[in-house]
This record gives sequence, C-alpha cells and structure tokens, in this order.
Amino acid sequence: MSETSKDQYYVPHLAKWPIVGTVGMTVTFVGATLAMNSQTSTTPWVMYAGIAIILTMFFGWFSEVIKESEDNLYNKQVDGSFRMGMIWFIFSEVMFFAAFFGALFYARTLSIPWLGGEGTGLATNEVLWNGFEGVWPSNGPGELNGRFEIIDPYHLPLVNTLLLIASSVTITIAHHALRAGNRSQTIFWLIATVILGAVFIFFQAEEYVLAYQEFNLKLSSGIYGSTFFMLTGFHGVHVTLGAIMISIITIRVIKGHFKPESHFGFEAVAWYWHFVDVVWLGLFIFVYIL
Amino acid sequence: MSHDITHNEIGHDHHDHKPKGFVKRWLMTTNHKDIGTLYLVFALAMFILGGAMAMVIRLELFQPGLQFIEPHFFNQMTTMHALVMIFGAVMPAFVGLANWMIPLMIGAPDMALPRMNNWSFWILPFAFTMLLATFFMDGGAPAGGWTMYPPLVLQGGHNVGFLVFAVHMMGISSIMGAINVIATIMNMRAPNVGYLNMPLFVWTWLITAFLLIAVMPVLAGAVTMVLTDRYFATSFFNAAGGGDPVLFQHLFWFFGHPEVYIMILPAFGIVSEIIPTFARKPLFGYVSMVYATAAIAFLSFIVWAHHMFSVGMPLGGELYFMYATMMIAVPTGVKIFNWVATMWKGSMTFETPMLWSLAFVVLFSIGGFSGVMMALAPVDLQYHDTYFIVAHFHYVLVTGAVYGIIAGVYYWLPKWSGHMYSERLGKIHFWWSTISVNVLFFPQHFLGLAGMPRRIPDYSTQFAEFNMMSSIGGFAFGLAQVFFVYIVWKTVRGGEKATDQVWDDAKGLEWTVPSPAPYHTFEEFGPVDLDKMAHGKIH
Repeated sequence: MSETSKDQYYVPHLAKWPIVGTVGMTVTFVGATLAMNSQTSTTPWVMYAGIAIILTMFFGWFSEVIKESEDNLYNKQVDGSFRMGMIWFIFSEVMFFAAFFGALFYARTLSIPWLGGEGTGLATNEVLWNGFEGVWPSNGPGELNGRFEIIDPYHLPLVNTLLLIASSVTITIAHHALRAGNRSQTIFWLIATVILGAVFIFFQAEEYVLAYQEFNLKLSSGIYGSTFFMLTGFHGVHVTLGAIMISIITIRVIKGHFKPESHFGFEAVAWYWHFVDVVWLGLFIFVYIL
Repeated sequence: MSHDITHNEIGHDHHDHKPKGFVKRWLMTTNHKDIGTLYLVFALAMFILGGAMAMVIRLELFQPGLQFIEPHFFNQMTTMHALVMIFGAVMPAFVGLANWMIPLMIGAPDMALPRMNNWSFWILPFAFTMLLATFFMDGGAPAGGWTMYPPLVLQGGHNVGFLVFAVHMMGISSIMGAINVIATIMNMRAPNVGYLNMPLFVWTWLITAFLLIAVMPVLAGAVTMVLTDRYFATSFFNAAGGGDPVLFQHLFWFFGHPEVYIMILPAFGIVSEIIPTFARKPLFGYVSMVYATAAIAFLSFIVWAHHMFSVGMPLGGELYFMYATMMIAVPTGVKIFNWVATMWKGSMTFETPMLWSLAFVVLFSIGGFSGVMMALAPVDLQYHDTYFIVAHFHYVLVTGAVYGIIAGVYYWLPKWSGHMYSERLGKIHFWWSTISVNVLFFPQHFLGLAGMPRRIPDYSTQFAEFNMMSSIGGFAFGLAQVFFVYIVWKTVRGGEKATDQVWDDAKGLEWTVPSPAPYHTFEEFGPVDLDKMAHGKIH
C-alpha cells in the first residue's frame, strides 16, 4: 500500500458510505410516507430510523474525509474539486429557495390580484369569489383558517437580522484569526458564531409559537401561511444545519485541524453560513417587510 | 489493491486488479468505468421496462373501445412510462456515457469526486424501486400524468408521498452527478487541454450539467409544495387559499423545458463525435457548435410557458413566449447545418453508429419542425394535448435522444468491451428500428391534427386505422430493442477483437487507450498528445 504522491489525483477505493446513505434516505422517505398516509397519528419510528442512518452516514463519511485530509493525502487539485463541489451545491440550494420565492412573488403579483378581479380575473371574481379583495397579506377568498395577524418585522425579525449579520462578521473574524495562526481567537469567534446562530433559532421558534398561539397565523392560513412557513421553515432548517457544521469545525480547530494556508472544510462552512445569511436578508425584505 | 484492507482504503492502485466480489466491485465502487457501466445497465433495464409499459398502451389503443385494461390502469401506464423513460432510461444513460467517456476524453484518471459518483448512481435503483412499488398499493401507481399537475395529482391516494420522494431522490442523484461532471471537466483536464480543445461531447455535457443544477432544485421545490398541499394543508395550488394550480405549471416547466434540453444536448455531442469520424472530416464549425449549445441552454430558461399556451396567460405573455421559443430554431439550425456541412464532400462510410447518427439528424429535425409549429401560440390551441404533441416529443426523444444514445453505444461499445459488435446485426437493428419507429410515430401527427386527444384509452372510430398502424409500428419497434439487448449481450460476451483505434479515422484521447479500456487510465497526470484530439491544435 503506497502513499499517494503529491502530483497524483487522490482516487479513493471502496466507498462504503454512499450505499449506507442511500438506504438511510430510502428508509426515511418510506417511513415519512407511511406516517403521512396513516389514518391514525403514530410516531414515525421508521422515518426516525432512516434519519439516524443518514446521520451515521454523514458522521462516518466526513470522518473518513477528515482523516484523509489530516493524513495529507490531498493535493491542490483535490482541493479544487471540493471547492467546485461546494460552490455548485450552494447554487443548487439557491435555486431551491428560488422556487419558493417564485411562489411568493407569483401569489402576490398575479394570483391574488387575479382572484380579486384584476386583468382577466373579473368574471372569476364576480361569479366565484364575489366581494374578495386581492390585497396582501391574504389567506385567499376562502379565508382559510380564519383571520390572522402577521409578524411585525421590526421586533423579532429585526433582532434576528442583526444576529445573523453579526454572525457573518464573527465567522469572518474567526477566518482571519485562523489564517493568522491564532487558534484561541479562532475558537472564541467560532463559538460566538454558534451562539448567535442558536439564539437566532431560538427566536425563530419563539416567533412560530407566537404566530400559532397569538396571531392565528398557521401553515394552513392560505397562501400567506404557506409561503411564510415554508420559506422561513426551510431557512430555519438550513441555519440549524449551518450551526451544526460550525460546531463541528470548532471541535476540529480545538483538535488542531486546519492549517493557516489550507483549511477548505472551514471555508466551505463559512460559505454556507453566508449563504443562509443572504437568504435571510431576502426573507426579511420580501416576507416580513414588504 | 491489497485485499487485507479493512478500515482505511488509502492505498493507490497501480495494478489493474479490480476489487473482488460483487459487493466490493459494484456496490462500493469508485471507478468511473464501473459506475458508467452500472448507469448504462440500469438505463437499459429501465428502457425495456418503460418500453413494456408503452406496449401496454399501444395494445389498448390498437382498436377503439376498451379491450384489455381499465382506464385507471391506462393512466398509470402513461404516467409511469414517462417517468421511467425520462428519469430512469434517458438521463441515466447519458450520465453513464459521461462517466465512461469524459475522463477518457480529457485525460483524467477518474471523475473528480469518485465517492459521490457512487452515491449518485446507487440512489437511482432505490428511488425506482420505491416508485414502482406503488403499483402494488391501494389505488395503484401515480396516474395524473408525469407532469404531476395539481389538483389531479393530489387525488393520487397513497402514492403521492412516494412519487414526490422518488422525484426528490432522482433530483439529488442528478444534482450530484452534474456537480461531478462540472468539477471533472473544469478541474481534471490534462494540463495542456484547454476548454476549446475539448471534444464536443464534453462541451455539451458541461452545459447540460449547469442546466441540471439550475433546474432540478426547482422541481424539488414544486413537488415539495405538492406534498405539503396534499398532507399539510398548505394552499400553494388551491385558489380558495389564494394559490393557483397554474403556479405549479410555471414552476414545473421552468424545470421541464431545460429538462428537454438536458435530454438532447448530450445526444448532440454524441453525433458530433460520430459524424466527423465516418465522414473523415473535422467537425465543421466547432466553435459555433459550442456557442450554439450555450445559446440553446440559455434560451431554454426563458421559454417555459410555451407548454402552457392553452391554460390562460396574459396576451403579452403568450406573444413573448412564442417569439422567444422560435428563436431556439436559430442555434439548433446552426447545429443541423454544421452536421450537414461536416458530411459535405466527405468520404463517407455507413457503419452502424453513422446510420443511427444520420437518422438522428433527419428524424430529430422532423421533431424540431413540429416544435416550431407548436411554438405558434394561436395554432398551438389546436395541437395542445392531442396526439400531435405526442408525435412531436417522441420524434425528439426517441429518434433524438434515444437514437443518440444507441449511436453512442455502438460507437464506444468496442472500446468498453474490447469486442466488435456484429455489423450485420447492427444494421438489421437500425433498419428494423428506423422503419418501425416512423410507422409508430408518423401517423400520430395525423391523429393529432384530426383531434385525437392524448392520455385517453378510447377513441372515436375515425381514428382506428392510424392507431392500428401506429400500434403495429410500436410492437415492431419494441421487439427491435429486445434485439438490441441481445446484440449488446453478445458483443460483451465475445466476438472479433477490437483494435485500440477501433475506427480508422476517429480522433480523441479515448482511442489512444487499449480496447477494452483498462480499469485505470491516465493515472499519471501530465500533458497529452494534442494531435490525437479532434480539436487539439485547431484553435
């Protein structure tokens, strides 16, 4: 068994984690569908088992890659492949969010006004939804789930915006500290970033409780509730994942991983964090303020 | 590869020893050639399965009236035929060709991210097992059409969740496959191979990969909305809640239109490799081919609503989408003329891959022309949801995409297997397929123009003759593809030894490695001989 020489591309052999991931994914989806189709509300144990398999896969797969990286098996070219992988993965995430933003813009600028009688919607409005005025926010002419109030953007959401922007700053400071070889600084600012992210998630949860209990704003509150909760919900999931990723690189820095001149794992997580930050700015403007 | 490795496979294999045992060789493989083979075998299996569903459809349509199957089962057949053929046969076949050929064509040791490559493939059999299992559930398989339009798809009973999650898995597989293709092409080219030295197949796949990454997530978003509308009381597609079923169509076709180019651009690349070889001339207008491909890809993002002319759209929208769509004919025309000009005054021979490529150029153009007809918003109101559209997209997908794939398989099979296929059997397969496919699909133009609706198991008696003709063509074409499986099987098992060069005048790095291609190629990174590449020295 020979070490890979630096001018050769590292091609791993015998990957065991992909098939584990596939099994986990399938078990998760089958479990979720069985639970959704079930007439009685039962705990979706099959889905949880699938998620556990997926988490095991991520842990095992990343451990393997981290070990290879620390063993210096990678060269600049492998690094380039990883970078492209992460860039285009984030781009695919952007497009995923674009679908939901698209739904929001479509509802606000087209379907709600049409239902209210604009353009060619006059007859629809007169005959089917007489008296419905197409103004945003709306839960539609059927007023699904009854009257609701919306979240005031200048309370919790504004605080959350400041938290996320601050966290983008702190992770950048951590990055500069890492490049300067200052580990204790790096660890300090990474932990600060995780805390800011965690507080953000806590406030989001708080906001959801408020929406459901005080404002009667629910997922079933027509198109407003649908777009509001799906956009903020998927974003919240991404922040959670990002915070977990930052926690992991924090542990890695504590363990002495990364070098000042090469630390792609760190950078990938930082890119991801900036990405969820930018999505939030879109949400803050288009979901909360406008 | 040493055999006693248990926990950490960090050795680099300098010998041509393939991993032993089924699990290690296939389930855990990171080798681009093995993964390419897996993709191609999977695609062939799905092609036969989807074809069997098409046979059921043509059997029921052989005569007017309901003969063999229930209308609900007919709807399951049309829906699943499309899903299996698009996501199970055509797309995986192209990814399989990409896996096999891109590293060989650019002088790379493997794909850039080999473990993820394994994952991209193995998701597919699981996704399709899940999807096909719905046949055996209460309410059967999805029956609302492959386009999954709400509100119809929401009435699908127990299958909706499985359908949505299967689409998610196919999407994840495609996105990872596309990321791998991009990273490989941009990062793994031999040091002296520039972008404008790359073979056209590599170029078309690079552009296709960008399309995939841009649109598969949008499909994922759209079907996620279907899922939450069905199970979690959201109102994306419910007018009472302020949503709109047409919103789904916009999202779906924002994915769906680039998707049709995802299924044709790699085929453009394949015929652009084959025609120069058998015309014994360099490809005419290489650079214009690259730009035309990019232009088609760009335009594919801004024309989606031409699938929706009859659903209700402001007039300005109809006009915009009509003009934008017709612009696609320009770069596509550039390609057709370039292929013809490549053949002009060439010393042509007509081996099997060339026959399929020539049929591709002619028959794909027929599909392209009917596409331009339907791009006209006012006349599309007559064609919409008739057999005319069925004829159109089968001309571009069967005699386009599938013909491209089959041409590529005949062209590269000697390199993969080390054996020459039987030229006589290949030609029989070609003529048998090409005659029957026209008997199958050409009459459907007339049926559509006369008003026969698609996706209906019964029809008025005036359509009887053309339907019978079409069904006979269909059965013959289906049988021809079983024959194809036999030819491939026979070639893989044995036959005349292929030379390394295989085709006298073929250019490209894939012809510089032995036949069959060894398990590892281009292991040492270094400059390659640009003279061996079709476009190595021209630019």
